[in-house]
Amino acid sequence: MSTYNFDYLDELEAEAIHILREVAGQFEKPALLFSGGKDSITLVRLAEKAFRPGKFPFPLVHIDTGHNFQETIEYRDKMIERIGEKLIVGSVQDSIDQGKVVEQKGKNASRNALQTVTLLDTIAKYEFDACIGGARRDEEKARAKERIFSVRDEFGQWDPKRQRPELWNIYNGKIHKGENVRVFPISNWTELDVWNYIRRENIELPSIYFSHERDVILRNGQLMAASPFLNMDDEDLVFQKQVRFRTVGDMSCTAAVESEAILIDDIISEISASKISERGARMDDKVSEAAMEDRKKGGYF
Amino acid sequence: MNILKFFTAGSVDDGKSTLIGRLLYDTDSILADQLEALQSSNRKNDDGTIDLAILTDGLRAEREQGITIDVAYKYFQTDKRKFIIADTPGHIQYTRNMVTGASTANLAIILIDARNGVVEQTIRHSYLVSLLGIKHIVVCINKMDMVDYSENVYQAIIDKYKILAKQLQLNDVNYIPVSALKGDNIAQNSERMDWYEGESLLHFLEQVDTDNLDKSQLARMPVQWVIRPQTAELHDYRGYAGRVLSGTFKLNDKVTVLPSGASSIIKKIEFFDQTPEAAHAGQSVTLHLKDDVDISRGDTIVNAAALPQESKLIEADLCWMDGRALDTSITYLIQHNSKVTKCKISEILHKVDINTLEKHPADEFKLNDIGRVIVKTADALAFDLYDDNRANGSAILVDSRTNLTVGALMFRAAVE
Repeated sequence: MSTYNFDYLDELEAEAIHILREVAGQFEKPALLFSGGKDSITLVRLAEKAFRPGKFPFPLVHIDTGHNFQETIEYRDKMIERIGEKLIVGSVQDSIDQGKVVEQKGKNASRNALQTVTLLDTIAKYEFDACIGGARRDEEKARAKERIFSVRDEFGQWDPKRQRPELWNIYNGKIHKGENVRVFPISNWTELDVWNYIRRENIELPSIYFSHERDVILRNGQLMAASPFLNMDDEDLVFQKQVRFRTVGDMSCTAAVESEAILIDDIISEISASKISERGARMDDKVSEAAMEDRKKGGYF
Repeated sequence: MNILKFFTAGSVDDGKSTLIGRLLYDTDSILADQLEALQSSNRKNDDGTIDLAILTDGLRAEREQGITIDVAYKYFQTDKRKFIIADTPGHIQYTRNMVTGASTANLAIILIDARNGVVEQTIRHSYLVSLLGIKHIVVCINKMDMVDYSENVYQAIIDKYKILAKQLQLNDVNYIPVSALKGDNIAQNSERMDWYEGESLLHFLEQVDTDNLDKSQLARMPVQWVIRPQTAELHDYRGYAGRVLSGTFKLNDKVTVLPSGASSIIKKIEFFDQTPEAAHAGQSVTLHLKDDVDISRGDTIVNAAALPQESKLIEADLCWMDGRALDTSITYLIQHNSKVTKCKISEILHKVDINTLEKHPADEFKLNDIGRVIVKTADALAFDLYDDNRANGSAILVDSRTNLTVGALMFRAAVE
């Protein structure tokens, strides 16, 4: 009997590759939603492992809020050049210019919620029938119950009560015209798993994940990057801090954490000891206990 | 470090959510902001401590009703293992959720309320565990604090459960007396039950050998996708991408491609930038064959020396998962790994009363019904029996009117 070493990262990786290949096999027009964050960067590596030396059977789609960290956009463009795959950008600014959405007002204004409209428009425009995303079940309670193949109606809505049973490793991707499926290949990964995988695979990340000095303000108890995208007034005191970001989102809603971590090893030990979970640094989840559930029902990632 | 996927059966009243909450809490898997959200919640235990059950109640409807409706997946990790919990509701109306949660687990925790002992739902949960082929079982006799940590109570329950285990042919059963509420024998051995000489639940879960690695000779790989770059330098490249379901493929192994029956030899095994000499169960790889055979998605590459069964008529256990009852007059789709074909349920052999385990003749199959049927498929399936090879012995039924997954099938025999 041959023995082999198949550890937990190998198993998670093999499962994710299997899911990506199911998407390729079951859908006509899939897409991979790419945010420039570590989870979608991990998805790109997994897609390379699933389909090379062939091309990806899907384009990458970036929903661009226009309020990005510059480092993320630079990273994105460099990566696209390296992998030689197609990138489609859906622009929230376009949605605003077309009058489809209205910019939020007030101090806590963010384009996070507006993304949903741009996302749904982009899905409709390109007739995507499956969108691969980097969401994980450990992020949040509503996500803990979402399927790996999660069907959305033609309005992009998730109905937690009408989820299909998902048995063994069999994924039912059958849909009616106009519906689409959100697919989450790294559902079973935790934040720590993703970091350990990035370390093992030597995956390059945008620099904002690592400690750097930045102008910040303190808002609602959290450190926010001072930027033209944040509605600031005289009460907002700008100061410098050694920080890093645990997630990459819109600049107006992604909080920084104080950190000295400059290497992946530092980050992994920081997370292992951490006392605040990843989505805790996302102001958009703080509104109510059911915030994520409500946004997902509305078509959010 | 490997992964243990386990499934918990039990209802709210047995303290299942509290047990899981306790495992997460005692392994420091609850982060500060989640704990903060917990503490600010107005649900508290009678003694004012945090209600750990809230940790696993995900959806708003569930919080409102105080019950677990769906399957929730939870994750925690110790130095020894990564754990994935499929947490499912225990009431009979959620049988399909239990079947779903159990389908991917390699260990089951069955909860018994020490005050009530083996009851109807214990039989039901144990039956589902045996039906879904989960080989390792831990019976947690919970709420020991409510029976004065009595060894006699514990022993009487075990004696009764052993009869049930024998009836269901459950061979690897372990028993642990616990109090999820107080934390007895969960992460650490309890001082309040010094008569118990076994391990704590967590220690047991860390150590148990669940044979994650399939050691069977039944090498099977359903082809998911054919990689054909069709570029100048890779003009003749043709790789069959898939995940090895079971067994091992080695270089130069003789293989058969089903359903065509074509035979060939493994020329190369690829995994991204590596070319390993073998591909094992669980691994997602790309296989190359010596001969130019016509292979597409839905075909299965198998070890030529250990062929699966091939049949269009299969006897199977069926769990019905849809609100609309089974209609034996219509055509469904059956999805068996990457293969999809039309099928009919041509005969209902019997239905099982899962509370009493009695079999009854039946002519209808409704939500949560379980029983034995004959499936008639348009194309022959290349399958193994569920007990021999879970991954190649299972399939789902899809209703093409709604596209919903309406049934779970476990293959028991090819019909001659």
